[in-house]
Amino acid sequence: MMSDSKKDCFAHGGVLLFLFALQFFLPAYHHGNMARIMVLASYAIGYNLLFGYTGLLSLGHAIFFAAGLYGSGLAISQFGFSVGVALVIGVAAGCVLSAVIGALALRTEGVAFMIVTLMFAQAGYLTVLYFGEFTRGDEGFVLAHADRVLWGVSLSDQTSKYFSAFSLFCVSLIMCLALVRSRFGKVLIAIRENEERTQMLGYNVVWYKFCTIILSGSISALAGATYALLFGYVGASFASVEYSIYPLLWVLLGGAGTVIGPLVGMIFMFYLIDLSSGVTTAYMLVAGVVLVFLAVFAPQGVMGEVRSRIWKWLS
Amino acid sequence: MAVLSLLSAQGLSIKFNGLSVLSDVSFDVPKGQVRALIGPNGAGKTTLVGLLSGRLLPSSGTVHFDGQNVTNWPSHKRIVQGMGYTFQITSIFETLRVHENVALAARRHQMRDTLVNEVVEWALVRVGLAEYVNDIAGDLSYGHQRLLEIAMGLAQQPKLLILDEPTQGLTESDIEAFKALIDDLRGEVTVLLIEHNMDVVMQAADFVTVLESGQVLFEGVPSDVKASALVRAAYLGGANAKA
Repeated sequence: MMSDSKKDCFAHGGVLLFLFALQFFLPAYHHGNMARIMVLASYAIGYNLLFGYTGLLSLGHAIFFAAGLYGSGLAISQFGFSVGVALVIGVAAGCVLSAVIGALALRTEGVAFMIVTLMFAQAGYLTVLYFGEFTRGDEGFVLAHADRVLWGVSLSDQTSKYFSAFSLFCVSLIMCLALVRSRFGKVLIAIRENEERTQMLGYNVVWYKFCTIILSGSISALAGATYALLFGYVGASFASVEYSIYPLLWVLLGGAGTVIGPLVGMIFMFYLIDLSSGVTTAYMLVAGVVLVFLAVFAPQGVMGEVRSRIWKWLS
Repeated sequence: MAVLSLLSAQGLSIKFNGLSVLSDVSFDVPKGQVRALIGPNGAGKTTLVGLLSGRLLPSSGTVHFDGQNVTNWPSHKRIVQGMGYTFQITSIFETLRVHENVALAARRHQMRDTLVNEVVEWALVRVGLAEYVNDIAGDLSYGHQRLLEIAMGLAQQPKLLILDEPTQGLTESDIEAFKALIDDLRGEVTVLLIEHNMDVVMQAADFVTVLESGQVLFEGVPSDVKASALVRAAYLGGANAKA
């Protein structure tokens, strides 16, 4: 009989293996979709660390995704840095920004925390528009194919795009899995379940939250930077409030506080809209109805239900 | 401050919106003692414990613990220093397993997982919950949840264990077991017991501090407290009663 811990590792390894194998079978259209899904699911994994595991609801994560997106995008378009350097700059931008925002936002709790993060993200969005000269505002800017080459491999090529997105997703998923199974992660879960008790067990709750915001913001920025490099488009819509709400929605759908939930939620939402928009122009209505049903019948999200009913050992 | 006291409060006062809840409370708890803190409802017991554990900060006065002035320390730091605390209103991790609840308490000071498991097992055996180790904590009966809190306190291996109304809601047999547990701990760990159940206080405590209207009314061994007309008057509400 395999131990629960091993089953957990095998299950997540199996998902990664499946995603890797998928590229050889998918038709071109879905191939491209999956690359996009894996990048955005990595963003959702970053979000889930803070929301699903620590219980902090941020309504402003778009600012971290955008920090990565613009950090790497501008590094290439304005300064002509290489892809590798641009990626590092993108992540660093998210890391610094999340440290600053975290230090300020953690002075608040609950609803106030949501409002403060939302306001920071709005400030970020308006900053992007304000510096339209460099960011080209709403319209955004495109990174040329020639600028998106890493170690001689063009990131605009289908196969390398899929493979890069897959690599990013692997890094995010393994990091998240390792984290939530570690002592640190167990304290985060304790904070989510009962913050006061955790503090009274001698844990410096604010410090744990602060570190998690930085981690979460940095993973979000890594996803943002990768998005810019793989898809070559950098626009203000990614800094808008919608991109703060999306990860919340994906995580809720897939299962908050599950490692694989963000991917499941992202796939679900993506194809729900993709398929229903092929049938009717009122596709948002279809999406809305399905979401209501899911909220009523699977309030813990898809993987949350799976965990509470079948695989109790799932991280 | 007495040389051997583990916990020493000097002149503690606190006001909420101008209303004085505690004024000039001083007391010392020597190492190894089981000290009970009693008093009628509203006497300020929980507030005092809040000040000692760092959940509240005093308007004036100092708290010394284990030779350090901890008056302005946040609660988590005091706990690292060796205070264990159990809540008056049961506060556990309801969705987590009993094992994980206690492990969270043990992990802060034990680096190796095997040692953590040993501490968890030891603490659960001591409170009599060993058979529930894999249950979800929220599924336990109320009495067992109270015992789980105590196990979490023990697993921290504190120098001072603060128990805020630990027998509230326990059955008679649970209370007997609790008294036996305190007897068992005597000498091993210093205990500050905030308790309503006089029976428990009389049998378990070495020394009793009585609070009334935010001040120390009386201090003495249990038999003296029992005999004190002042204490009786405070409890029965006859403020002017004289022996």
